[in-house]
Amino acid sequence: MFIINCPYCGERDQTEFSSGGEAHIVRPKQPTELSDDEWAEFLFMRKNIKGIQFERWNHSHGCRKWFNVVRDTSNDKIHAVYKMGEKPPANK
Amino acid sequence: MSQELRINNNKFIDQTTRLSFKFNGEKLYGYKGDTLASALLANNIHLVGRSFKYHRPRGIMTCGSEEPNAIVQIGNDPSLTDPNVRATEIELYEGLEAFSQNCWPNVKFDIGGINNFLSPLLPAGFYYKTFMWPASFWEKYEFFIRHSAGLGKSPSKPDPDIYDHKYYHCDVLVVGGGISGIMAAKLSAENNNETLLLDDKNTLGGATIYQNNDCFQIDGTHTNYWLEKEINKIKNIKNLTIKTRTSLAAYHGYNYLLAKENLTDHLSPDERKGKIRQRLWKIRAKKVIIATGSIERPLIFNNNDRPGIMLSSAIKKFIDFYGVKAGKEISLFTNNDSAYETAISLKKSGVNIVSIIDIRDKSSSKIVKEVEKHKIKIYWKHTIVNTEGYRRISFIEIMKLSDDGSGVIGKKIKLKTDCLGISGGWTPMVHLFTQSGGKLKFRSDDNVFLPDKNKTPSDQISIGSCNGDFDIKDIILNSNKAVKTFLGIENSSFDNLKVESSKEEMKRNIWLLPSDKPIGKTKPFLDFQNDSTAKDVKLALREGFKSIEHVKRYTTTGMGTDQGKLSNMHALGIIAETTGTNMGELGTTTFRPPYTPLTFGAIVGRNVGEFFDHTRKTAMHNWHVQNKAKFENVGQWKRAWYYPKNGETMFEAVQRESKAARESVGILDASTLGKIDIQGTDASEFLNRVYTNAWSKLAIGKCRYGLMLNEDGMVYDDGVTTRLGENHYIMTTTTGGAANVLTKLEDYLQTEWPELDVYLTTVTDHFSTISICGPNSKKILSKVIPDLDLSDEKFPHMSFKNSIIDGIKCRVMRISFTGEHSYEINIQSNFAKHVWELCMDAGKNYNITPYGTETMHLLRAEKGFIITGQDTDGTMTPSDLQMDWIIGKKKFDFIGKRSLYRSDTIRDDRKQLVGLLTDDPKEILEEGAQIVEKLNQKPVEMLGHVTSSYFSPNLNKSIALAVMKSGKKLKGKKFFVPMENKNINVTVTDTVFFDKENKRLNA
Repeated sequence: MFIINCPYCGERDQTEFSSGGEAHIVRPKQPTELSDDEWAEFLFMRKNIKGIQFERWNHSHGCRKWFNVVRDTSNDKIHAVYKMGEKPPANK
Repeated sequence: MSQELRINNNKFIDQTTRLSFKFNGEKLYGYKGDTLASALLANNIHLVGRSFKYHRPRGIMTCGSEEPNAIVQIGNDPSLTDPNVRATEIELYEGLEAFSQNCWPNVKFDIGGINNFLSPLLPAGFYYKTFMWPASFWEKYEFFIRHSAGLGKSPSKPDPDIYDHKYYHCDVLVVGGGISGIMAAKLSAENNNETLLLDDKNTLGGATIYQNNDCFQIDGTHTNYWLEKEINKIKNIKNLTIKTRTSLAAYHGYNYLLAKENLTDHLSPDERKGKIRQRLWKIRAKKVIIATGSIERPLIFNNNDRPGIMLSSAIKKFIDFYGVKAGKEISLFTNNDSAYETAISLKKSGVNIVSIIDIRDKSSSKIVKEVEKHKIKIYWKHTIVNTEGYRRISFIEIMKLSDDGSGVIGKKIKLKTDCLGISGGWTPMVHLFTQSGGKLKFRSDDNVFLPDKNKTPSDQISIGSCNGDFDIKDIILNSNKAVKTFLGIENSSFDNLKVESSKEEMKRNIWLLPSDKPIGKTKPFLDFQNDSTAKDVKLALREGFKSIEHVKRYTTTGMGTDQGKLSNMHALGIIAETTGTNMGELGTTTFRPPYTPLTFGAIVGRNVGEFFDHTRKTAMHNWHVQNKAKFENVGQWKRAWYYPKNGETMFEAVQRESKAARESVGILDASTLGKIDIQGTDASEFLNRVYTNAWSKLAIGKCRYGLMLNEDGMVYDDGVTTRLGENHYIMTTTTGGAANVLTKLEDYLQTEWPELDVYLTTVTDHFSTISICGPNSKKILSKVIPDLDLSDEKFPHMSFKNSIIDGIKCRVMRISFTGEHSYEINIQSNFAKHVWELCMDAGKNYNITPYGTETMHLLRAEKGFIITGQDTDGTMTPSDLQMDWIIGKKKFDFIGKRSLYRSDTIRDDRKQLVGLLTDDPKEILEEGAQIVEKLNQKPVEMLGHVTSSYFSPNLNKSIALAVMKSGKKLKGKKFFVPMENKNINVTVTDTVFFDKENKRLNA
């Protein structure tokens, strides 16, 4: 069970958070103009990386804010935490 | 009482406090400080249980948590009895009662023992192979297999004991209170670290605390004296917390660890009363030092499982720590120097040692020379080829090993012995290390898997014998050095210790020792608890199993309650040897938590009974209780289900309630519906984006039904939203969906549309909702709120008014989920019960009838209104529900819109919502029942299933909703609903059964 440094509240146990899957998937501005394939890409396709992954997390039992986490899925080490709308760390 | 096997003047056993206990009904005595195992041995009892498969007699084999054989049932109280307790771990208390497991009628004569003679017929995979056919017989086999499987008996009544959870944060956690753990804890605490030291025993000091051998000395004293002084010193360090009887169960990421503390299992039943039995510690440590030690390996030879055959280190602990002689004529069988320590301990206590059988050619280490001084016969380069004795070992047969160790030569020697100590070297306990994500490396000198320093997660180290140091000199030197580096300590009180030890010079390892008999005629046990032998492993390999994980599951090696602590290494060794693989490449099976079994009580702690989950009750709950409502769980809510009168059945009550609501007036507590207050200048735009229909033009004071989709186009939630002001709405959601809807809406607001000026607040608990429906509902309302103009012109269907009842502000909506003229009063929860009672009072002359969720479901089904989650299951689009009218086709976008015309969602053979009528109007369909067209088709094609079904008292016939493939095209067609004893004829109809023209809304 890892410790997540909520950008609004500070370090808390993982039990206070819920995961929202891969980060930086932008909802298309004009979905009606997309082909089935392009819409399916947005709707279904998610990466499942062994290594550095960018994820969305919600402090669901705390401030209820969504934010982004850079986590190494091979050892659960969290490398960075940043707010929604902020630029991801350089190596993205 | 016979205590001739006891040694007097032992400091760990309080021989002044005699305790009585019962084993299989026989009254016996032991002393305070004994374990059940040591007390049994003192009473000359080795035979404790029967093995799992062959029911072979088995005895105490170890002195710790790795014990595979001596597992017993404690007590026979149906709520307190505890199965599979290791006799080597349970501390003796006055009145302890223990029973052998897995035997009938008793441990000395067990009918199941017949399996031993049938063993050639019961090889690995026997059950898989035998009970495969005919497949239809499985149900008969299962009955017998279930009865012959399993070890102890579970308690049959609820557990009355109290269990507790505790969070703990520390700088350094030291796991294991042996010599290296004690050193680490002292160094850590002395250097300003809040330190927690855990040990699963009741006494600190590990195996060193009873090591008083001249060969092993620290600063000129025996190691046990030195360690005892150190332990006394650390007891006074204020930064150090010591927890004994506390075993570490699991090591998770980020140094989060779980440990179980036993608080009362060592006390007599009287002393336990009112106390917490076990506590689960949830520990978060900045740094972890693992000092879990190692356990001795057995040797694998023919008939190595008889009672009286024990680990050599266990014999040593029983004599040195518990003061109990495990036998009178003891033999030792070894491949290393450890057994010689046992020999010296036994000799000192005056036990006769028959002989030492050593598979090595020779050893001239200090300790071996010491043993030779005592004139003990040592058979070098010999092995045991067989043992005899059914309920207790009586003879061993030994032969000389060939040079390559693959066979035996020369004459067989038979020796009389009543106890045999075996030592196959040591296995470091790396379970916690690997649980935490660490990777192992293999050291081939002594065949051990060790923590790989380069693949160790940060903020932890392993020290002592769990890190592969077996010599006391190495342990002290390396532990001191490692802890200093790990904690950044410059000087340590252990820097200049003078340690003397006996260096082991010779090693020899043979995983499966040869016999004079062919392997097929021998029983060399690997896993004592699950009765798997070296033969079984070899058979599995011949049958094509290659992966160690597969061999383990096929042969069940390492799958008992001991999780193969003794057997896994040998299984690996034999597989590696047979397949010609390097053990390091073969790897190990996965070490999974918990290290030793946890009780369910410890896992759940205090979250039992009413604390298992939150219960939410509405403000009117007590009224429902007083009026004999039956309740239904909806999420965490307790909702009134129906109100039986005068012994009515549920069916009768629901029929009465449903009729009353349509004929006069019904009243429902709808408070559990989710309510979200939505405010902000972009509130209308926000609703446009989250609902399928248009919202911008909804006038202030009007209500609208909305359908919410997931981005995949499937119906997610529904409810009525009311515009309270220019920038102010109140949304209602389903009862079960409230929290998820809020989370989802917040997600979109925060991540996709942060530019929108919208604020969401949950007000579910703040407002209670009273729903009044039926032709007389208006009369009730005019009595309760006389000032409110209820005319259709001023207060039409789907509109809202602020009002005041009895001086209390409220919101009244004219909306309907039943198709009747109806109102919903939303009022602050504090006053809700009072207003409910006012309504009941006002309705007295109109037979106002409280109804529950069941009647609500029936009434809405008559109208064909869906319930999300009942008529939908996450695979239904609005179109599938025949609700195309609610899709705002002109809207630019809303959540899920694009998905509504994906190739899959526009298929016309999707499952679609239909109405079903039974040909026999009295026949009520079962919800979930399948619908088919052809009865004699094989396999029959399932066209859909019933989602809602009721007997409608207002239509006097049975009605149902269902989802069916291409349902929209099936109106008027006939189908079957096959049930266990009959086939029900049904006809597809419209989904609206009652008042199709909606005349009653304005009645």
